[in-house]
Amino acid sequence: MGNVLAAAPTLPDLAIFILGALMVLGGALGVIAWRNPVHAALSLILTLFGIAVLFIEQQADFLAAVQIIVYAGAIVVLFLFVIMFLGVDRNENIHSEPLAGQRPLAGLLVLIVVGSILALGFESHWLTGAKSVVAPTTNSYWNINELGRVVFSDYLFAFEATGALLVVAVVGAVVLARRSGAATSEEAVPTLEDDEFAEEVER
Amino acid sequence: MSIPGSWYLVLSALLFGIGALGLLVRRNVLVMFMCIELMLNAANLAFVTFSRTLKDIGGQADVFFVLVVAAAEVTVGLAIVVAIFRRRTNAVADDLSSMKG
Repeated sequence: MGNVLAAAPTLPDLAIFILGALMVLGGALGVIAWRNPVHAALSLILTLFGIAVLFIEQQADFLAAVQIIVYAGAIVVLFLFVIMFLGVDRNENIHSEPLAGQRPLAGLLVLIVVGSILALGFESHWLTGAKSVVAPTTNSYWNINELGRVVFSDYLFAFEATGALLVVAVVGAVVLARRSGAATSEEAVPTLEDDEFAEEVER
Repeated sequence: MSIPGSWYLVLSALLFGIGALGLLVRRNVLVMFMCIELMLNAANLAFVTFSRTLKDIGGQADVFFVLVVAAAEVTVGLAIVVAIFRRRTNAVADDLSSMKG
């Protein structure tokens, strides 16, 4: 169990990991620090690309591609679309603090949570749970075959359920975004198209 | 030898912490949604790391489903935001207090 910590990484792996980690953490800090929501969304794209880099580094190629297509291509575009649509793309005064003592308390809570996670991880040598409950990962760089087989056999019910969930989400989004009453529903149209696009990407 | 799994898990914990901090501190509803995405991505990174270290493809299948559910969640959440802020001018969570007892 302890051998995960033992071996020293090679230089290219180390460089890619550091690059990905900097992208992830820099983008995440940008999301919570930028005053403009549009800038925050662009920082989110940086984080998502960093995660994709780390997925590739860990031989999860298919998930890296899906990460970029679904997250950066559909979800962040949906965010940007709603920001533009609502017209909230102006700077927010993040220095005002209506709820007194919220920020120190939030920082303290987050420190406790992250400290607990890290302490538990070091305590248990980062590895828990049973080995190889579904199917072993292949050593090749193309694990799409194995992933597809597992999704359509062991996880078939979950796959069908997520399909139903997507249909429910699309219908719910259309109902929610539609203007009720006799007014024109022209504002619902772009949201509908984006939702269907997101669903198509998912399929 | 590739990067130890523990490094990825520390990075995942830090990313989760940043996302949680942003969710607690920021007041713009859209930015709060983005912070939820950050936390989901931290969980995904941990899933893929455990998938690699335990040599179990199930972790990657879980990431697949997390992606689908995240897409559905963003779709419905942003539809709710659009429905709410059709009557309002800004997207500050503190203003949504009409159901306060």
